[in-house]
Formats: sequence, structure tokens, C-alpha cells
Amino acid sequence: MGVTMADDIKVDKTIDLKGQVCPYTFVRSKLAIEKMNLGEVLEIIFDHKPATENVPRSMENEGQKVLKIDQTGEKEWHVFVRKDKEKAKK
Amino acid sequence: MDFTEDQILRYSRHILLPEVGGDGQEKILNAKVVLVGAGGLGSPVGYYLAAAGVGTIGVIDNDRVEISNLQRQIAHNTSRIGMLKADSAKETYETLNHDVKVVTHKERLSSKNIMDIIKDYDIVVDGSDNFPTRYLVNDACVMLKKTLISAAVFRFEGQLMSIYPGEGPCYRCLFEVPPPAGMVPSCQEAGILGVVTGVVGTLQATEVIKAILGIGQPLKGKLLLWNALDMNFRTVKVPWNKECPVCGEHPTIKELIDYEHFCSMSH
Repeated sequence: MGVTMADDIKVDKTIDLKGQVCPYTFVRSKLAIEKMNLGEVLEIIFDHKPATENVPRSMENEGQKVLKIDQTGEKEWHVFVRKDKEKAKK
Repeated sequence: MDFTEDQILRYSRHILLPEVGGDGQEKILNAKVVLVGAGGLGSPVGYYLAAAGVGTIGVIDNDRVEISNLQRQIAHNTSRIGMLKADSAKETYETLNHDVKVVTHKERLSSKNIMDIIKDYDIVVDGSDNFPTRYLVNDACVMLKKTLISAAVFRFEGQLMSIYPGEGPCYRCLFEVPPPAGMVPSCQEAGILGVVTGVVGTLQATEVIKAILGIGQPLKGKLLLWNALDMNFRTVKVPWNKECPVCGEHPTIKELIDYEHFCSMSH
């Protein structure tokens, strides 16, 4: 994947989901981003490869913006998601 | 809201839904729903609301479990014959989900107690088996502005409507007064296919969840009709009667009515 610079992204919250498998990878990511404000960036750390495809796709489905996916080790990925959408309140 | 580990796992399939999420699940956990009757309709309603995580479920029933109930009243079972239905339902629902608190109201509803009982709940579910209760519940909900999910079954048929006082018609807009005594047989007299109560009750639970979450289109101003034999689902419009005696512009019913009990076979 080449060298990636995460320095230019300002992260507002990081969650470590190593050890988690689908669908809890997305469930926990979604719960975290729900609590954040629009425009803020969530960094999620995974060690489960399917999550690196599923979570970004699900996030984008819900209107969030995936900024970057970094592989930092053989079994470690960092996904950066910006909250672009707030669920409409009742 | 911070969910416990167990809650994240338990409600994961809800949280995944775009229309629900963590904040939707929080609404469900904070909701207070009361069931009028823990019988054929009430059983599946309470079961699915407990599964969903409705935090407080009230159960109004003062009958005891009988063997003839068990063909359809799935909140109860053989070992509970003789037990008060409200207590039996409490055991069933709280065992399914420890997040749920069941409050039992072991009394027969009348004009004297209904307001006090339902005032602390957000949503009322009518699973009663008699017309006096049905009208009492409707009128009380209109007066207290409580959302009411009202359903009824007969043999192979069911019907369901969602009453949002001030936003749409009530039960009296559809059926202004109770039918004459003896005209409509009860399940006890006419029979009921067990599964019909399961389907219709679960449809009621669906309307409750939608009301809590504020999603989808409620059966407001609509009557859903289902026939189990031909599997036909039909929805008809229910006009909001501006001259309705209880919810209209000039109400004539301003106090709750205890209609005389019609049926000599009633408990």
C-alpha cells in the first residue's frame, strides 16, 4: 500500500477495535461516530481484514466520508472517517 | 447513552439499521409501553417489545392462565396454569431480556382506575377481548393524548389501526358506539386460529416500535385488514370524524364510560 501520511488528518477520536469481528466492527464504529459532531474525524484501528472493506462501505452508505485507509502492519489497519451526516432527528 | 458490552451485542442487529442506530436503541430502552391484556394479542406484543429492549412494559390483566389459552397465548406455558397472567408474562419477558422491567397491573380496567394506570406510559396497546374495555381504552387515550395501537381478531381475521390523538381518527371515528349485546361473538364462542393472534399482535408490536423511533408510516387514519385463509392484506382509509363524540371538534363524551358487560360467559 505504500507509505501513507496520516499526519495531515486531524483525528478527533480514536477507537481500537483489534480483536473485533464483523458485524461488531461496524456496530462499534457507528456508535462512536454517532456521538461525534459533524466534521469531526474518527480513527478506527482493526486487525480483521474483512472489516477494512465492510466498515468503509457501511460508513459511506450512511453518508459518512472515508478519508483514508492505512495498513500499518501485517494485521493492522487504520481507517479514518469524517462525520458528514447526522441522522435526522424525529 | 453508553451501552454495556451485553447491550452492544444484544442490540447489534438494531444498531446496524440506518433508521435505528445507537440513538434509536436508546429511545427503545427509555420507552414505556403498556399492554391492555396479556392474552392472545398481548402475548406476542410483549414478547417482541421485550426482545427489542423496551425498558418498561406494563401489563394490565387480572385473569389467570388456563389450558385453553395455551393454543395461542405464547407468553404463558403449561407450568403457569393457574398463575396470574400478568405475573406469568413478567417472568417470560424479563427472562428473555434483563433490560426490561415489567410492571404488573393486576386489576380489571374501569373508568375508576384507567387514567391512573396509563398516565405514566408513552404508548398503549389494546389487546383486550371485549368492547367495553376497547371503548374505555380509546376514550382514555384520546383524553390523555396517548398513542394507542388497537387491534382485534376473530376466527381467521385480524384488524389493526394506530390512533394518534390530535393527529388522526380514533376508534370511535370508525365505530362510534359499541355493537348491541350478543351481536359479536368472543373468541371463546366463535373460535380463533392461534397463529392469527401471533401475526396481528406482532403487527401491533411493529407499530409500537415505529412510534418509538418515529420511522416509517404509521397506520394513522388507516385500518389494516388481514385474512389468514386467502392471505390478503388490505388497508382502508379511516376518515377523521370532526363530529366524533370523543375526539371531534365538539366532543360530547367528556367522561369515561363503563359500558355494561355484555356477555354472560365473561370472567
